[in-house]
Amino acid sequence: MATAAAAKEQLFPSARRRRNLDPVILAAGAFIGVLVLVAILAPWIAPYNPNAATILAANQGVSAAHWLGTDPTGRDLLSRLIWGARLSLLGPALIVLIATALGTVLAIASAWIGGLFDQLVSRVMDLLFAFPGLVLAMIAVAMFGKGLVAPVVALSIAYTPYITRVLRSAASRERSLPYVAACYVGGVSARSICSRHLLPNVFPLLLTQSTISFGSALVTLAAVSYLGLGIQPPTATWGFMVSTGQSSILAGHPAESLEAGILIVVTVVAFNLLGDRLAGRRSLQAL
Amino acid sequence: MVRVLVERLVGLVLTLLVGSFLIYGAMYLAPGTPAAVVAGGHATSSELQSIRHQLHLNEPFFVRYWDWLDGVLHGNLGRSFVYREPVTLLLSGRVMNTVFLVVFAALLIITGGVVLGLLAALRRRLGIVITAGMSVGLAVPSFVAAIVLISVFAVDLKWFPAASTGTGFFGQLHHMTLPAIALALSWLAFTGQLTKAAVREELAKDQVETAQSRGIKPRHVVTRHVLRNALIPITTVSGITVAGLIAGDVVVEQAFGINGLGSFLVQAVEQKDFASVQAVALILVTAFVVVNGIVDVGNRFLDPRLREPVV
Repeated sequence: MATAAAAKEQLFPSARRRRNLDPVILAAGAFIGVLVLVAILAPWIAPYNPNAATILAANQGVSAAHWLGTDPTGRDLLSRLIWGARLSLLGPALIVLIATALGTVLAIASAWIGGLFDQLVSRVMDLLFAFPGLVLAMIAVAMFGKGLVAPVVALSIAYTPYITRVLRSAASRERSLPYVAACYVGGVSARSICSRHLLPNVFPLLLTQSTISFGSALVTLAAVSYLGLGIQPPTATWGFMVSTGQSSILAGHPAESLEAGILIVVTVVAFNLLGDRLAGRRSLQAL
Repeated sequence: MVRVLVERLVGLVLTLLVGSFLIYGAMYLAPGTPAAVVAGGHATSSELQSIRHQLHLNEPFFVRYWDWLDGVLHGNLGRSFVYREPVTLLLSGRVMNTVFLVVFAALLIITGGVVLGLLAALRRRLGIVITAGMSVGLAVPSFVAAIVLISVFAVDLKWFPAASTGTGFFGQLHHMTLPAIALALSWLAFTGQLTKAAVREELAKDQVETAQSRGIKPRHVVTRHVLRNALIPITTVSGITVAGLIAGDVVVEQAFGINGLGSFLVQAVEQKDFASVQAVALILVTAFVVVNGIVDVGNRFLDPRLREPVV
């Protein structure tokens, strides 16, 4: 079994091995990096105010002034997509962070404590599987109102079982290895066995699982926005742009919906590719 | 086998019971009381009090939960405070649209996914094209698929209507084709990829070589030896597919303006119509749990190795 250092080496190869880096990881990672930069730098790089309506410039096609055209109220679509990147990425990032933190703690605690606690956690996770994420998010919106907070909290809970289930089996496999018993007999505290040995050894799996969850969380949160239950207008999010653009499709101006939709698809593909490749590397390591 | 069935059934009922408790409890804890919704903005506190009394809102939580559950078990899903009608009545006209859409999509996923997966695994050139198509299809959310389909097939080509529901079976079929494709797309790609992987794995097994060397027709090798075994992993994950279809249904109904459970849920959430949210959420969760249970038991029939629990 590889040590934490080797696992780290596997995921983040040092400079001399960087030549062998998978081009797919590089491309997907670069795309995601650029998106994050664009989201952070939105105020400086967006050519227009994303919410400034100019009726005279309504429904324009692609031009030098408006690279991606304008919407029915003349707002610049490129600027709205750039600003929309902020909440469209922040939401899933929060969901994945919370779900991963919760899931990891539950998984390692289940593997370590075992017994009744383990069974209780499994039952609760099974129960949560019965609630599709979007349905849970809608219940949360009905309770606490539209916006970012309610769907993000609900989806964090909905994604926790997916992390917990995978990590728990890995952590309990790790826990049954002789070195863990040796540490325990040697007087190493439970907390430090969990944090220094179990956690680092399931870390590659954790990274893979949360990368794959990111794409799915992005889509589900975009669906909440699409239904009009997320962040409220005029603030732009990609999911909401797909839905506001839908009325223009019938009038023959599909730009807003299509551009936001394509951006969502490409971003999800990038995260899925990255997750798949990380998973591939991990299984190589297991051999 | 009987023991497994009984265990599953008990588990299923328990899940539904706790699920219903959570759904009811969530609406109970929600800030803003139904009494205020019923009374509108300008009610006096005594008016509110009398409404609370009428609606039994002063009863303890467990009494109200029990009343609700008792009603649900007798087919009474409560009363919508927004429409001032029984929720069961409001849903009755809408359920069939949703069932039609989901079943249509499920049929597309099963047939399309297995056929594409088989082709991807067995045909070399075509396989590459199909595999690439499936990788993209997997990442297309239903609402993006919906707007692309509307834009191309409803607005440009005018082959299908962009919204509303049709009359009669064929009218319904015509109206539901685009929504069903939008709903099915990513799950079709998912099933296709799984089928491809499972078929590849089966093809590499010794028993396939044996069957070939015995001179069994390639077609029979594929259908009787490869596909039968390959179907097991596919049906195992169909639980995730069902969850996806139920969540996706909400989005697709909204995208195409279909008057079904999903679009009703969106309206109910917008209007804070708690009784309706509870009812639809309960129906969706029940559908998911029950279908998953059926899939699980079905798997055991398909694969005799799963029939008895491994001790």
